[in-house]
Amino acid sequence: MHLKNIRLQQFKNYNKAEVQFSEEINCFVGINGSGKTNLLDAIHYLCLTKSAINGMDNLNVQHQREFFTIFGDFDLEGKELEIRCIFESGKKKQLLQSGKAVEKMSDHVGLLPVVMIAPDDTMLIKDGSEERRRFFDNMLCQLSKSYLDSLVRYQHFLKQRNALIKQFAEKGRWDKNFIAVYDREIIQLSIEIAWQRANFITEYEPLLKAYYAEISDNQEEIGITYDTHCLFENFEKNFQSAAQKDFLLKRTNMGVHKDDFVFELEGYPLKKFGSQGQQKSFVIALKLAQFQIFLSHKKTKPILLLDDIFDKLDDNRIQKLMQLVADHRFGQLFITDARPERSKEILSKINSESRFFLVKEGVLKYMDQ
Amino acid sequence: MNFPSKLIENAVNEISKLPGIGKKTALRLALHLLKQKETFTEDLSASLLALRKEVQYCNSCFNISDEPVCSICTSQKRDKSIICVVEDIPDVLAIENTSQYQGLYHVLGGVISPIQGIGPDDLKIEALIQRVANKQTEDKIEEVILALPATMEGDTTSFFITRRLKEFGIKVSTIARGIPIGGELEYTDEITLGRSILTRVNYSAD
Ligand SMILES: [Zn+2]
Repeated sequence: MHLKNIRLQQFKNYNKAEVQFSEEINCFVGINGSGKTNLLDAIHYLCLTKSAINGMDNLNVQHQREFFTIFGDFDLEGKELEIRCIFESGKKKQLLQSGKAVEKMSDHVGLLPVVMIAPDDTMLIKDGSEERRRFFDNMLCQLSKSYLDSLVRYQHFLKQRNALIKQFAEKGRWDKNFIAVYDREIIQLSIEIAWQRANFITEYEPLLKAYYAEISDNQEEIGITYDTHCLFENFEKNFQSAAQKDFLLKRTNMGVHKDDFVFELEGYPLKKFGSQGQQKSFVIALKLAQFQIFLSHKKTKPILLLDDIFDKLDDNRIQKLMQLVADHRFGQLFITDARPERSKEILSKINSESRFFLVKEGVLKYMDQ
Repeated sequence: MNFPSKLIENAVNEISKLPGIGKKTALRLALHLLKQKETFTEDLSASLLALRKEVQYCNSCFNISDEPVCSICTSQKRDKSIICVVEDIPDVLAIENTSQYQGLYHVLGGVISPIQGIGPDDLKIEALIQRVANKQTEDKIEEVILALPATMEGDTTSFFITRRLKEFGIKVSTIARGIPIGGELEYTDEITLGRSILTRVNYSAD
């Protein structure tokens, strides 16, 4: 699968832009702040209906404008598919697949796999469990419609239950019979979601280990532990006995929204004991394993977005990553770099077609080779 | 929108408060009334006023009614051992149109949703329990059919009612089959709805 072209209107700092892409490597160059990353984000929108950076659609409209449009033509193993993403302030975002409106945004998710590697991804390691849950949920949702459905239901029932607990707290009275209907849904869905997460990790972890070994020089042992209380035999009982705590804290304290994925290095938490370099290698390995798992499930190479990696990674890791590119392990690639001469030199050693684009103050042009 | 007359403006403002009616349509309707004989508007407003002032809800099933007890509840032809629980009045009309159902109804007036501040006490759930409890001796209720929307809120409401009915040991079934997920009864075509009542499935509180 690859993206043949993109047409932008009033998206972030682009008034209008239109370019044709290479099937292999595309490199956006320009000084920092010129809008290179915005192009990666536009591609992210086409694939997943949302920004990789900014959750609020209206913040992605060009300053003092009312709407943005992102159009692009994809080639899906010979089949052409035009995607249009249209957002107007105060209205519902629209997504069209070859002219046909997609009813629910979630119906589009999973069709066009994409993986993004960005410098600030170490948040995945450093931040709280929510970031990690989002990372794995995003992946699982792209792989399984039934997971997506369970997760949507779970989040809805959790919201209902929390609203109910707040009402109980105001009245100062816990209604066991009323809340029982939500308990049942949350318990059942928690077990279902936890099983899917656990199964996924057994498939994902070996890939992660393999990629970590490939991009780091060291031979340290890494791993992931899926941390959940939802698969214990007495989970249902524990959930019920947490009622008092729920009442006091005015929210639900048991369930898969409390899960974490603990990253480990030689059996210790990476968050505390990993060096800067080890953490960076780990994040890249997480993303490459994601690439691999999409490839094996969807039988097509996902689009890979590499944001500013030449600047943020050391030469050794860049070389390892570029070796994977040279071995044609990836499909279509989009790279951003502030220094054209550097990316040109790195990419010239690779036997792949690469196309360069110059980004300057929101204007996108082809660059002479 | 600028109006040449304050009278037109007031009428348009009032009419456009109705669901699904914008200012443009409201203006068209107001001008239409002006073109008709005066009696047309008199009859229309009289009927609306009477509807609002004199409307009653059946004491038993909470369907709309001209009498304290509605014509379905008093009919000799209906099977009084079955109650079909629906969210709102249009659902009764939708099921009646299928001609597949001969039992009684119970209109809840909504579904449970704590986010929107709607709990069991805001709905006619207790009245349903009382109907079943009171009839334990004569005219026994043997089955309750839950025909609530196939949404997450509909499901939770069904489950809540099923739990409340458990102690009476009667049959509780749901028509969920055949109705598309997220679908509302009112919009389900008559054949699908008719069939789904006939093929209702047992519902368990476990
Ligand atoms: Zn009645």
